[in-house]
Amino acid sequence: MTTSAACAVKRILAKGNEAVCHGAIAAGCRFYYGYPITPQNDIPEYMAAQMPKIGGSFLQAESEVATINMMLGTASTGTRVMTSSSGPGISLMQEGLSFMVGSQLPAVIVNIARSGPGLGGIAPSQGDYFQATKVAGHGDAHLICLAPHSVQEMYSLTMLAFDLADKYRNPVMILGDAIIGQMKEPYEPTPYTSVVPEKPWALTGAAGRAARSVKSMFLKEGEIEAHNWKLLEKFRKIREEEVRFERYMIEGAKFLIVAFGTVARVAKTSIQWARSEGIPVGMLRPISLFPFPEEQVREAIEGVEKVLVAEMNTGQMVEDVQKSTPHHDKIRFFGKPCAMPTPDEILAQIRLIAGVKQ
Amino acid sequence: MTKDIIMAGFGGQGILMIGNLLALAAMEEGKNVTYMPSYGVEMRGGTANCTVIVSDEEIGAPIVMKPASLVIMNGPSLERFLPNMRPGGELVINSSLVDAGRVNRTDVRLFPVAADEIARDKIGSRQMASMIALGAYVAISGVVRIETLVNCLPKVVSKKYEKLIPMNVNALKEGSALAGIHA
Repeated sequence: MTTSAACAVKRILAKGNEAVCHGAIAAGCRFYYGYPITPQNDIPEYMAAQMPKIGGSFLQAESEVATINMMLGTASTGTRVMTSSSGPGISLMQEGLSFMVGSQLPAVIVNIARSGPGLGGIAPSQGDYFQATKVAGHGDAHLICLAPHSVQEMYSLTMLAFDLADKYRNPVMILGDAIIGQMKEPYEPTPYTSVVPEKPWALTGAAGRAARSVKSMFLKEGEIEAHNWKLLEKFRKIREEEVRFERYMIEGAKFLIVAFGTVARVAKTSIQWARSEGIPVGMLRPISLFPFPEEQVREAIEGVEKVLVAEMNTGQMVEDVQKSTPHHDKIRFFGKPCAMPTPDEILAQIRLIAGVKQ
Repeated sequence: MTKDIIMAGFGGQGILMIGNLLALAAMEEGKNVTYMPSYGVEMRGGTANCTVIVSDEEIGAPIVMKPASLVIMNGPSLERFLPNMRPGGELVINSSLVDAGRVNRTDVRLFPVAADEIARDKIGSRQMASMIALGAYVAISGVVRIETLVNCLPKVVSKKYEKLIPMNVNALKEGSALAGIHA
């Protein structure tokens, strides 16, 4: 992300959930559909108030199943559209998400994750990592998935999500959690500067041109196989070009943390404390979870003695870290499902991998 | 410098509002700040609390287990948060509702403020109690300036309650003056 242009912009204090809305509106999103669920309710609340004022549409659907299918319809016309939900709501959307991947439709889905499985609870969680990165729904379907760790990124990654969705004609998920959604901090609402691409596939009324179709069903001999290869090629290109990550105090580090979102944020505090104790630790923070920064993780692990993968779940991203490197013996996992780990807890884990007596 | 504060009380006492106001003032003074409210079912009828962290550095975790300071507006909040408070910090209690005798710590700086009574008798509305407590806390800790809080008030008070801004200003100043007496 560029920060040079940002300096001139006055900071505003906002919740992560509000910053998502600001980013979406700045990126030209004028259609929002959703259904209430904690801890993302600030998003529909904000959109309900703002959309009518700016010529947009807010619709509270009868369920998340309806929401995602309304999005499918809107996206078919080439119009930018967003929804947000959490846990069970995202699960309900998975059929429609798979249809959108199959139909190659751009849209932004915000998951302010809560604890699961089932109705779970409203505490923050990263337990939806597998769902967000591996299984958009049935079939060989992937979402692009971005994981903000600040209110600033809730804003800027939402804008980016719309651009990536259009660029690749694929749904993009913002994966946050209750902490990043509910917390307020200052951020710079940098202007949206991307150019929205032409959409020669969009259904805009066929008068005066050849008819177009948007579909995910392919019944002719060999057609669906060919479609799958075409999608695979797209995902390959996404893996090649859209990896995003942050290296934090990695210079001279003998120990490495891999963490994303809220946990990465907490880990930054722990890393500072550990550094002040003389423990050379740094972090590689995946910002894009799909595509996962495999190459960068592999490289970072090469240079260190031990690796701590910290997550707010019982162990999901750790599998992608293991996949990235042959050095499985270096990896230690620390999971805290359904609660934010404290900086002390992560510091204790750092001391453990560094062999420091506590 | 980093300062972390937990503010807590009943839902409806204005806890989230004073947290918001403090966060906004810190931002206006060019500091880094995070504000984390309790959300969901807790807010209805039960306790409300928020954590505000003000720092010159980048802020990592927006929640603290061992706060440096507390602003406590009711009894249950004292029981919940006092045991984990770090030694040496400022503890502002609303002594109208919290018995100062229940503060079983001698390693913290206790500032009892009869916020409800002062709000009712001197400011004219009990709803101003949390503003008095915030005024006192800010004066004691110096985390932001009172004037910045006053300047930020119009941004956190909704249009509907605009006419109450002068009363809020009085409450902040009253709280601040009380802190002077204690110090």
